[in-house]
Amino acid sequence: MDMVNVTINGERYSVPAGSTILEAARYAGVHIPTLCYLKDINEIGACRICVVEVKGMRSLVASCVYPVSEGMEIMTSSPRVFDARRKTLELILSTHAKKCLSCVRAGSCELQKLCREFKVSDEDYYAGENIQYEVDDSAVHMYRDNNKCILCRRCVAACSKLQGIGVIGANDRGFKTHIGCAFEQNLGDVACVSCGQCIVVCPTGAIAEHDNTEEVWQALADPTKHVIVQTAPSIRVTLGEAFNMPIGTNVTGKMVTALRRLGFDAVYDTDFAADLTIVEEATEFIDRVKNGGVLPMITSCSPGWVEYCEHYYPEFIPNLSTCKSPQQMFGAVAKTWYAQKMGIDPKDIYVVGVMPCTAKKFETKNVESNAVEGLYDVDVAITTRELARMIERAGIHFTSLPDGEFDAPLGISSGAGSIFGATGGVMEAALRTAADWLTGGEMQKVNFEEVRGVAPIKEATYKIGDLEVRVAVTSGLANAKKVLEAVKSGEKHYDFIEIMGCPGGCVNGGGQPVQPAEVRNFMDLRAMRAAGLYADDAGKAIRKSHENPAIQTLYKEFFGEPGSHRAHEVLHTHYSPLSRF
Amino acid sequence: MYRSHVLVCGGTGCTSSGSDRIVRALENNIRSVGLEDEVKVIRTGCFGLCALGPIMIIYPEGAFYSRVQVDDIPEIVEEHLLKGRVVRRLLYQETVQEDTVKSLDQTDFYKKQMRVALKNCGVIDPENINEYIAYEGYEALGKVLTEMTPEEVIKTVKDSGLRGRGGGGFLTGQKWAFGAAEKADQKYVACNADEGDPGAFMDRSILEGDPHVIIEAMAIAGYAIGANQGFVYIRAEYPIAVQRLQHAIDQARELGLLGKDILGTGFDFDIELRLGAGAFVCGEETALMTSIDGKRGEPRPRPPYPTTSGIFGKPTVLNNVETYANIPQIILKGADWFRSIGTEKSPGTKVFALGGKIHNTGLVEVPMGTTLREIVEEIGGGIPNGKQFKAAQTGGPSGGCIPAEYLDIPIDYDSLTAIGSMMGSGGLIVMDEDTCMVDIAKFYLEFTVDESCGKCTPCRVGTKRLYEMLDKISKGQGTMEDLDKMEELCYYIKENSLCGLGQSAPNPVLSTLKYFRDEYVAHIKDKRCPAGVCKELLHYVIDPAKCRGCTLCAKTCPADAITGKVKEPHVIDPAKCLKCGACLEKCRFGAIVRK
Repeated sequence: MDMVNVTINGERYSVPAGSTILEAARYAGVHIPTLCYLKDINEIGACRICVVEVKGMRSLVASCVYPVSEGMEIMTSSPRVFDARRKTLELILSTHAKKCLSCVRAGSCELQKLCREFKVSDEDYYAGENIQYEVDDSAVHMYRDNNKCILCRRCVAACSKLQGIGVIGANDRGFKTHIGCAFEQNLGDVACVSCGQCIVVCPTGAIAEHDNTEEVWQALADPTKHVIVQTAPSIRVTLGEAFNMPIGTNVTGKMVTALRRLGFDAVYDTDFAADLTIVEEATEFIDRVKNGGVLPMITSCSPGWVEYCEHYYPEFIPNLSTCKSPQQMFGAVAKTWYAQKMGIDPKDIYVVGVMPCTAKKFETKNVESNAVEGLYDVDVAITTRELARMIERAGIHFTSLPDGEFDAPLGISSGAGSIFGATGGVMEAALRTAADWLTGGEMQKVNFEEVRGVAPIKEATYKIGDLEVRVAVTSGLANAKKVLEAVKSGEKHYDFIEIMGCPGGCVNGGGQPVQPAEVRNFMDLRAMRAAGLYADDAGKAIRKSHENPAIQTLYKEFFGEPGSHRAHEVLHTHYSPLSRF
Repeated sequence: MYRSHVLVCGGTGCTSSGSDRIVRALENNIRSVGLEDEVKVIRTGCFGLCALGPIMIIYPEGAFYSRVQVDDIPEIVEEHLLKGRVVRRLLYQETVQEDTVKSLDQTDFYKKQMRVALKNCGVIDPENINEYIAYEGYEALGKVLTEMTPEEVIKTVKDSGLRGRGGGGFLTGQKWAFGAAEKADQKYVACNADEGDPGAFMDRSILEGDPHVIIEAMAIAGYAIGANQGFVYIRAEYPIAVQRLQHAIDQARELGLLGKDILGTGFDFDIELRLGAGAFVCGEETALMTSIDGKRGEPRPRPPYPTTSGIFGKPTVLNNVETYANIPQIILKGADWFRSIGTEKSPGTKVFALGGKIHNTGLVEVPMGTTLREIVEEIGGGIPNGKQFKAAQTGGPSGGCIPAEYLDIPIDYDSLTAIGSMMGSGGLIVMDEDTCMVDIAKFYLEFTVDESCGKCTPCRVGTKRLYEMLDKISKGQGTMEDLDKMEELCYYIKENSLCGLGQSAPNPVLSTLKYFRDEYVAHIKDKRCPAGVCKELLHYVIDPAKCRGCTLCAKTCPADAITGKVKEPHVIDPAKCLKCGACLEKCRFGAIVRK
């Protein structure tokens, strides 16, 4: 690596050539605050919080975008720099709805933290006209309150660069600039796919999920309801972050105890439904291969991706697996087999999904085929963040909880179910089962390393029996677009594609705990959280979905064979093209 | 061969005052007297003396007719063109002498001017490439392609010392050298014709009057840096310029002066227009390029500079219209010739759009180093109505106000910057004693607030707050602490803004604070606007000694604020008074005073 010598705050350092001042400072262990900067996707130098003094330069420079050069003398904490940052904060505050006491981001707000650090004592110092915006709560999954927006444009970058969608952008200009959809349409009326990536990058409370916890509290307080909860695979490795535990910590046991203490009648695992999904999906795949069905088959467990497909690539709808997502399969089984088994009227079963995902909120309300006529498969989906808030409100001291265990039967799962939460996990789980089935159990392959990891697009060809299976795995919709275009143009040929809507998969979903940009920029959240899931998988006695005894019982008692008529009625769905404009 | 040529200004100014109709009337009248084979009517670009438009000049006599109306045409044709008798009543007054007509070059307006960038404006028919060619057009391109290496071209431009006429004053040759040094599969040459300073119209005039000079210069730049594609980013509000430029590009393509294998030398170069929607910030180079890329026109941080990563991420050399207009002559006449004009550090000439409280509003081109006094008093003909010069504003919303004490400074990049203003693109607005400097600062800030793109915090919020403080002061509600707070905010915005727009936005405030601080203080402490402009601080009162009780004022007042009995002194109710000034205008006894 080429290095250059710079001086930061009087100390000399050798830093990588070509890095920005911000990166160089980080390299040297000097922290520079940022607001608008998101590595690789939002390097726009707009907020001016990261300004530093460079000797010989007339103005202050934005360290997030300014490259270092040999001999550069940088001051990151001079009075001039502090004064400038404080003024920037005062100006931002003059247009900010300072409802900090009850703000959803109180405590995790990046603006609040900076105001405290720079001791902004008079938040009305630059008081003046402050445009009042209407809150856009037209979308099912989230709302936007521009009165709290600081125009860092991180959401715009996430939507257009990470996801390749771009349904939001800057409208109007100058003081009147605000983020919104084209022609001031409501978010609920445009081709937003509900992924929530804008939420997790927002530094303030300007964007947040629609909070559905009140519905859950109400159900829990209703003695006539049998309230059961399912937790998605990734929740167990992210929930701890909301309680200041290290990123990637597996908190399954504490989570189960917390849910039980919240009053759920039973605590179940979406991992069970993930295993069920694999059994159905592997069956569907083998059927498509053997009987000349539409290939490549594409996974359908990520509702953000499914919504994207319906809006932007309706021509790929025949390629989508007809399997419902694990969340929906869980609900469908709960209100059929489980209801029967427990002798409870499905009407009285209230299914709560704890999901890493805001699109799951959309999914619960937009299923084209519910298992029981007139009932939603899943009654409400809450995000990891909402669950954390429920635990806080209930006064449960999460970090000191004893470990609990999921209830049977819907809490029994294999390792294959766990890895559903990371990019490549669904593919690997499906391959484990398909390989066993196609080779009559001879292949014995468990680990499919080629499809693991955070690379944007992963490809592999597996020889399974006499079949050559060409697979591709991608996550983040901008990457998905590339894969789909390559398939469309005939440049690439695959048999099976896994697509997850969020970059890195559910571990980095739009419903996960918000980490400040400082963490996002310099740590790989996706890999750290995924590592927790792969460890969970490796530690499980059963690694393959079809070997899950609860699943085997389910088929024996209720569905018969995988892919049976009944299975299709309860566990499969169909899709419809949605308008793009 | 024609015996007479009638040149009618077809610039935007004269077109607005009806020069199109004049051209049609001329052609009809000429035909009706059967002179169509002897007299040729040509629609040219701007002559510069816009205050006197519509303008017409008839050769070979050189008779300069000003403020011509359609009704005057039959007389001009009958008398001048048919009978050879100059119509003296229509001549520009300054050219009329006892028995003869003074040549235009000898008038005060033109005497001190030197036309390099505007050389062909008002001289040739901009829609006829052959006229451009007849005036040495495309000779420089020919010379460059056949006799010079790209390095030699760059060296000549470097040696000439030509600096960017868009405002920044960066050395053009240096910029070309940066562009040439880049290695890339594709490079671009671009022309900034997004002239946006209020009151500035020199680039428009060049494009309207001499479009081929831009095409030729861009092709030369393309050859020098190794680019084969050019873009002109031009405001859609300049329809005449757009149409003539497109026409010129088409003609140049037809003659093989654009396109493949120009002049058989193997050099390919073509130009496309990109219309801007009128955002001021798109005159900033990175915003301009972002807009060409098809995105929202917002600036981006530099480095990388456009010569490294510009349009579509490719190395791009961007120059302003007026900068390009100098290039062909520098190539033909040499760097030394160019250096012989102007000052050592600012060689050449500069075009100014002269406006405000001045007699000869219009376009002037003077050698760098000409003093402000020469421009205002001699070329501009001084201030009308015997008023006093108070300040001149240069550089538009990015520049500052120059007070009377600096009237004798030579105008060049560095002296203007030294006194807190800037060259800018060349708007020069003259203000007299009736101008309130707080009001002027407020005017420019209002413009900046409106035109800020909204990307960076200092400009988006800072300029708005600055405007609000000025507004408060102009209404007599400011405090002395506000003045300090305002000054502090000015320096913050300058130091912290992302692009030139924000970095220079506080200049009008800072320069007025520097030179006219007492006016701010008068607004704050005395609640008084010395120039009598700021409405909230004005009071209209009736002097009972002078009022005859004629009731005219009371009848005129739209707010019924004036009461009184007939033949008795009237009074104004300050609570109702709108301060519109209608009563003051109507009073025949000078009894109403504005305080």
